Formats: sequence, structure tokens, C-alpha cells
Amino acid sequence: MNAVLQYTVQGLAAGSFYALAALGLAVIFGVLGVVNFAHGAFYMLGAVAAAVLLDTVGMSLWLALIVVPVLMLVFGMLVERLLVRWLLPLDPLYNLLLTFGLTLLLVDLVKRRYGVSGLPYDRPDALDGRVQVAGIGLPVYQLFVIGVALLVCLGVWLLMTRTRVGMIVRAATERPELAGALGINVGRWVTPVFGFGVALAGLAGVLAAPFRAITAEMGSDFIIILFAVVVIGGLGSIVGAVVGGFLVGLVEAFGQAYAPTFAQVLIFVLMAVVVLARPAGLFGREEATA
Amino acid sequence: MTSIATAGASVTEQHAAIAGARPWQRLVLLAVGLLVALGLPWFVYPPVAMDIAAWALFAVALDLLLGYCGLLSFGHAAFWGGSAYATGLIAIHLGVPFPLAVLGGAVFAMILAVPIGYLSVKRSGIYFAMVTLAFAQMLFFIANQASSLTGGENGLQGVPRSFFGIEAVETDAFFFYYAALPIILLGMWAAWRIVHSPFGRVLVAIRDNAPRARALGYDVERYKLIVFVLSAGLSGLAGGVFAVSHGFVALPELHWTTSGEVVLMTVLGGIGTLWGGVIGAGLIVMLADYLASSGFDGIGIVTGGVFVTVVLLFRRGIWGTARHLWLNRKRS
Repeated sequence: MNAVLQYTVQGLAAGSFYALAALGLAVIFGVLGVVNFAHGAFYMLGAVAAAVLLDTVGMSLWLALIVVPVLMLVFGMLVERLLVRWLLPLDPLYNLLLTFGLTLLLVDLVKRRYGVSGLPYDRPDALDGRVQVAGIGLPVYQLFVIGVALLVCLGVWLLMTRTRVGMIVRAATERPELAGALGINVGRWVTPVFGFGVALAGLAGVLAAPFRAITAEMGSDFIIILFAVVVIGGLGSIVGAVVGGFLVGLVEAFGQAYAPTFAQVLIFVLMAVVVLARPAGLFGREEATA
Repeated sequence: MTSIATAGASVTEQHAAIAGARPWQRLVLLAVGLLVALGLPWFVYPPVAMDIAAWALFAVALDLLLGYCGLLSFGHAAFWGGSAYATGLIAIHLGVPFPLAVLGGAVFAMILAVPIGYLSVKRSGIYFAMVTLAFAQMLFFIANQASSLTGGENGLQGVPRSFFGIEAVETDAFFFYYAALPIILLGMWAAWRIVHSPFGRVLVAIRDNAPRARALGYDVERYKLIVFVLSAGLSGLAGGVFAVSHGFVALPELHWTTSGEVVLMTVLGGIGTLWGGVIGAGLIVMLADYLASSGFDGIGIVTGGVFVTVVLLFRRGIWGTARHLWLNRKRS
């Protein structure tokens, strides 16, 4: 029981990174129809930015949690305006290729600038150590990560369901032609939505900074797992991204605990099962084969 | 929305290129290609020449799937790397002449492609790319874990290059190139045969309009699976030759960056052209070799930049652009 709770917390913490980043991926796919391969690189940039800001101007984690996503929002909007936009009318595979190229570029740029050994990041004292819950010591930082992720997911959900902006974005996601016919300027939302999705990846990166090794390569396995997450949850489904993210985090944590040899493989087995049983993903809608 | 395979060149243009090119033009092209293939190790360092040939076949195999069936696989490293390991293990443990080992590797890649393909062809477009990518990465993790068999992160060391006791081939990369070239050319001929067969025409029909092909009575998923397995087999031939040429198999051969690299070569050369893959492979391998020897350690900056530029500005690729200009010159 003791161990099970620990692994659950560990899994939910790992799942928090996946859920946040997958949420960004889902929002971008929903509105633009683009699968952003560079999402792992943006996650890495978030972590690197947090580490560099701590090192150069001594910016605390608390401030970085706000500042870095804002920077990533601007960066994402630039990427959309300068690159992604031109390929939107074409087959979505072109933007997959474009963002793949962008990934190679960003990873090697960071590698050249900051080396391969990884950047240090000390977590704030307030988040260090363990807290006793029902007699079981749980790492404070993991609980903090889960809390932030849940808060952000809740925030995005409220934004999507309770505000006018959210309604427009959902309408643009589900029935772009109809939304356009009703006089909604769908194109206006493309740039901010892409930026928002990138900001979510950046936020996941900042949260991961004190928790994972900060290297140029940290996004390269992350993006593959993220793809598995959205395939499991259903591409473009916001609920699916969050549930899929936490689910994969849990599978990973329990896999590492009880079958360490197969931990990473388990995720893909789960994906294979989902593809077989429900090709559209757990929360995806059946789509006509494009 | 234009499909990825036809956005570069119009459908009619592709048909003209498949059916309309005059026989003598084809023969000239073929002769030039053969001359380049035969002369390559005289002009570039023989191991690099072998790399170019292997990657060229790999890119052609990917183009078979992408250009003629409209399926972008982002997981072909599974077949290239999987065959590299299988070839290496066969060569080490059985000591057979390397062409047999390579053949074994290719068969292994095809066996591997059956379950992966079966699951992947259930989806098309972007989903297909993501699912193949994830399954290939699963193989990467398995190879990493099974280090007693694969050597894990150290790679599979000491793959022998045995060739009927002919010492020149076994020790000299220059002669090895000529011993391995027939395998590569055989693979390319097979790809060409597939594309120009009735089977290939059905593939193009599926690519251009899957529902119509289904309505005409073709089992779309089965055709996709067959071409997926064939493409995997050709990738396996290429990966096996690569493994024997290097004498060892490194774990990154299975990584998704390898899948991405071959996609880059195909797109750079021109999707749906076959020749394009050869040109893309030649350029990228030589570029990587040049950058590595000049001590520049950010190859991704260059290849990534090339990728972004090609996708934004030259979607036809090099061969596709050349063919487009050639055909339009004839029309006007």
C-alpha cells in the first residue's frame, strides 16, 4: 500500500508533464490540424530557458513559471507566422516535416551553445524534501508538479467551456467551415492558439527543470511518448490528452517499479492495444479516412 | 487539401513521367546512373560510397511507400536497424557469406513489418506517421534493453565481412563496394518493378482516391500492408549492407532520427520519383561526411535548415523540380 501510493504519486508527476504538453499538442492539432513534431524541442527550450534565467539573472522557479511560458508564447507565435502558416493549406504531413526539421535545428543549436552535459537546476527550498501523508513520506516537488498541472488543466478546461474565446476555439476545432459561415474569423485565432500550445510545452519544461536532467536531448524521447499519449487519448481531444498523459505516466511509474525491463515498452503495448480496439483513441471521434 | 505525394508534381505530370518518358531517355538515365554507381568509389572514399549506396536504397524503399502509396512512415529505422542487427547476428554466429546474412536481415525486417504494418495501416495520413514512429521507438527500447544480444548502448561489435574467402573483398572497402553493389541494385530494380507493375498502378489509385479504389473492389488495407512489408524488406537489404560495411551496428540506427534522416533524403530528392531518393541520399551523406571531417559538430543545424527550406520552398524536391522543368519545356 505504502509503495503503491508512492508509485502513484510518481506516475502522476511524470504524467503531469505529458498531460500539459499533450494538451498543447491537442489544442494546436484541433485548431490548425498540425501535429507539432517540435513540441519536444519546445519543452526542452522551456527547461533550458528556466535554467539559463536562473543562472544569469537569478530568476526563481516561481517567476520562471510565469515568464518562460510568456516567452514561449511569443516564440510560438513567431514560428507560426514565419513558418507553419505557409503550409497550412497543404497536406498536414508537410507541417509534420517542417516541425521535424525545426526540431533538428533547435536541438543542435542548444547543444552547440550549452553543451551536452546538462545544465544544473536547484529546486527552491520550499519544494525540497518530503511531506508525511498518512505516515508515508512523499516528495514535495512531485506533489507540487501534480498540483500545478491539475490547476492548469482545470484552467484550460474553464477557458474552453466557460468563455467566449473558448467557445470560438472549440467551434473552430470541431466545425471550422460552419464556424466560418457563422461569421467567426477562424484564421484570427490560429496564431495565438499555436503560441498557447507552445507555451504549455514550455510550462511543462519549466516544471521539469528541477526534476529531470536539462539537456538538448531531453525532448527527443519525450516527443515520442507524447505521440503515444495523443494516439491513446485521441488526437485533437483535449480530455483525451490529459487523461492519456496521466495514464501513460502511471504506466511508466508502475512499469519501472515492477517490470523495469519493459517499462518503456509497456507504453507502446498500451498504444497498440488502443489502436487495435479503438483506432480513433479513447476520446477521439471516428473520422473519415483522410 | 493536396495530398503529400501529389502536391509537388501534378498527377498528370506523374503519369507522364511514369508512362510517357521515351525509352531512349530512360536508357540514358539508367546508363548514367549505373556509371555513377560503378565509378563512385574512384571519386569518394569507398566506405562513404557504400554509405551513399545503402542510404540510396533505403530512401528508394521509403519513397515506394510515401510516393506511390501516400503513406509517410516515420518509423523505417525499425527495418533498417532491425535488419542491421539481424544481419550482424547472423554474420557473427553463423559465419555465412555476407550476402546471405543481408538476405536474412531483410527477411527479418519483413517479418517485423507484418505486425507493425497491420496495426499502422489501420490509420492513414498523420496518424500513420505517428503510429509507425512510436512502434519503431519501441524497438529501439527493446534493443537497448536486450544488451546481452545487441550489446545495448555499445552496439553490436565485430560483424565479420566474410565473402567466400576472397580476401580482397573481406578486407578492402574498395572491393567490398563492388561485392555489395549488386544487392543494392537488385533492391532498386525491385522497387522499379513494383512501381511499374499493375500492382503499382493500384497503389497509385489508392493513394489518389482510397474510397474509389475500395469501391472498385480493391482491398485497400491489404495492398497497403503488402507495400509496407515490401518497403521494409528493401530497407532491410540496405540496413544489412550498411551493417556489414561498417563492421558493427550502433543503437542509433534504430532511433527515430534515422527514420527522419531517410525522410529528409526522400523529400530533398523529390517524393514519388525513385531517382530522387538516390540523389537526396548522395547529397546528405556527402554533406554529413564533409561536416564531420571539417569538425563541425552541429549537423542537425544544417540538415534541419535544409529540411525547413525544402519543405517551405522546394516541395517537388531536386529530381521533381528537374522533371517538372523538363516536361514543361516539352509542352510549350
